[in-house]
Amino acid sequence: MPKRTPLYAAHIAAGARMVDFGGWEMPINYGSQMKEHDEVRQAAGMFDVSHMTVVDINGPQARHFLSYLLANDVAKLTEPGRAFYTCMLNQQGGVVDDLITYFLDEDFFRIVVNAATHDKDMAWIDSQARAFDVVANERPELAMIAVQGPKARESVLTLLPESDARAVAALRPFRAGQFGELFIARTGYTGEDGFEISMPAESAVAFWEQLIAAGVAPCGLGARDTLRLEAGMNLYGQDMDENVTPFEAGLAWTVALKDDRAFIGKEALLDQKARGVDNKLVGLVLQGRGVLRPGQRVVTDAGEGMITSGSFSPTLQQAIAFARVPQAAGGTCQVDIRGKLLDCNIVRPPFVRNGTVCEGIV
Amino acid sequence: MSNIPSHLQYTESHEWVGVEENGNARIGITDHAQEALGDLVFVELPVVGDEIGQGDPCAVVESVKAASDIYAPVSGQVVAVNEDLDGNPALINADPYGDGWLFELELIDSEELEGLKDAEAYEETLED
Repeated sequence: MPKRTPLYAAHIAAGARMVDFGGWEMPINYGSQMKEHDEVRQAAGMFDVSHMTVVDINGPQARHFLSYLLANDVAKLTEPGRAFYTCMLNQQGGVVDDLITYFLDEDFFRIVVNAATHDKDMAWIDSQARAFDVVANERPELAMIAVQGPKARESVLTLLPESDARAVAALRPFRAGQFGELFIARTGYTGEDGFEISMPAESAVAFWEQLIAAGVAPCGLGARDTLRLEAGMNLYGQDMDENVTPFEAGLAWTVALKDDRAFIGKEALLDQKARGVDNKLVGLVLQGRGVLRPGQRVVTDAGEGMITSGSFSPTLQQAIAFARVPQAAGGTCQVDIRGKLLDCNIVRPPFVRNGTVCEGIV
Repeated sequence: MSNIPSHLQYTESHEWVGVEENGNARIGITDHAQEALGDLVFVELPVVGDEIGQGDPCAVVESVKAASDIYAPVSGQVVAVNEDLDGNPALINADPYGDGWLFELELIDSEELEGLKDAEAYEETLED
């Protein structure tokens, strides 16, 4: 029996086509994935992300624990409300999961990990937490709605009491705070401005309906995937997993290696760095017609690679992809689509940010 | 509920066949298929003159979500393809039985048509 979020009935009422995603029955679209994609790039759309796992790390050693658990350095989170994107690694430097970490108080951090990896993540976090004076408290009673797009923030602000609206309007990117029963973060997974908002499950339907009344379009996981791909954001399980290090997944920028902080996977990463990293994750833009898909073979001058994520980009009106290829690959390559080798340019993601195609992409 | 016109014939793999006045078979994908695939973004059609055997994969339709092979419901020679789909594959979503047709075959063996499903039988396959 798949799990359902508090918004399940609202999705059905809105005409959603539901699919299984990591054991959850979630909307893939409400009619047209392309329209939903464009809505987020041009106005405001919202996603039910209540399936994601919210975990509060409570206890006097919260910071100390996360300093060891995460590849990015929580020392960077200096003021309450600050957040960052990071990976947690295994001892071999492989990615156990990627997550957002919020610093709320010295004895209270919040992390949000993926739904599909819930069980192994919780087992990993609990086992690593034993050596520290912390408790990992899951918050399944929270629903989460991501409101994204150039008009997303103003749409949310109209629903808040005036005093909160002022404070929320002042939130900078990667900052968050608790406002009444709403935990509001200026983060997202689309390459557009917006908020990710957690709230008690019983408040989710009313808030969702208020957002619809404010002109925010419900969007499914289909649009979420093409938006994040255009935005150059990895999907766990597709673009990286436990057998891939952040260096091979375009995530070197999320690893804080420089000081003498010990964290899980650090030795392996230092070793790999010293030996040289064989592969890298790049962006591809198909030069002709067709669609790039995960699993397709990539032929470069430096050897072969493989597409990890690929689709048709509604913004570029061309197929785009992430591919893991040999370190020396550059310029152009070919992708094997049903036995035909088609030309692609190798680019550096993101492809699209804030509604605009990035420089050097086309 | 899916639209299944009663004047067409169907396959279990969600193609439809309509016999034109000149006796050629026009082929497309069903309303159910286009809905399941979602927004179509690319179509690879056979070439006029190709000889195609019943059951052969002879075209590909791709949505943002997935690529799907189209199998020839009957044998024949390709006499026309829908060139409008080239710049506008969304025609298949908008009008799967009309402007969104894929290609036309000159039939080799009209008895093959008798093995296809009528609207009622096709609808039953969707209920399973």
